Amino acid sequence: MNRPSPSPYTSAPDLHLRLVSDPNYLSGTRELVAGVAKRLGFGEEACGHIALAVDEALCNIIRHGYDKRRDGPIWVSLWPSADGNGSAGITVVIEDEAKQIDPGAIKGRNLDDIRPGGLGVHIIKEVMDEVRYEKRDKVGMRLTLIKHRAAVPAGKGGGA
Amino acid sequence: MSEEMRVDVTREGDTVVVAPVGEVDLSRSPRLRSVLREAQASRPKRVVIDLSEVEYMDSSGVATLVEAFQVARRNGSKMVLCGLMDRVKSIFEIARLDTIFTITANREAALRS
Repeated sequence: MNRPSPSPYTSAPDLHLRLVSDPNYLSGTRELVAGVAKRLGFGEEACGHIALAVDEALCNIIRHGYDKRRDGPIWVSLWPSADGNGSAGITVVIEDEAKQIDPGAIKGRNLDDIRPGGLGVHIIKEVMDEVRYEKRDKVGMRLTLIKHRAAVPAGKGGGA
Repeated sequence: MSEEMRVDVTREGDTVVVAPVGEVDLSRSPRLRSVLREAQASRPKRVVIDLSEVEYMDSSGVATLVEAFQVARRNGSKMVLCGLMDRVKSIFEIARLDTIFTITANREAALRS
């Protein structure tokens, strides 16, 4: 089994999860990510959005990357981030061994076109601050999702 | 195998009410899709989808409702969503579909609409 390729980040992730491309694991992964985001100080709505973005990313990998195969490996890695200015955030990297596509071809659909499907990428871009798709070295894709948390005034706990 | 999602279906005159329970994600939305298809097969005048017991929905659930909306339009039926929790309402807003669907606060209002 291939390991995930080296991350663009210098440190090992604080949390690293391997799952297979089976929709039954979406719910547990969402809960895990939302729970960690909450402990990192994100508010309830932001936690929901981060979990939603991860869910949508995993759905796209399952449906389009692995063509609904249920045994493809997926790795979710998570880093808390701090920029030293009182603001902090979360970085989630999702990697797979599914088919590679040109990152430039990954676009949200035109929302004026009312039809089922194609909403996932739009939702991810709408709820996260930074979204980056890349091809991994030999096989699969890497998606980096970053959400910043609003600066917390000195003396206040991380809340809201 | 995944545990099957509960979807309650009741008929009130010319109206069919479909009420899924729990989380509507990629593992559960196929079940909702098949229940909706069956409920819409008789071309009811009005389809009410009661989401008051849905705690979470992702784009696969939204896509299922868009599909049902298109079937309703073809059938000449009215489709109303009701009882959306804030986090479910939020995905319709993010997808900018909140203005496409008729959404009411609760089932009673949907049945009167």
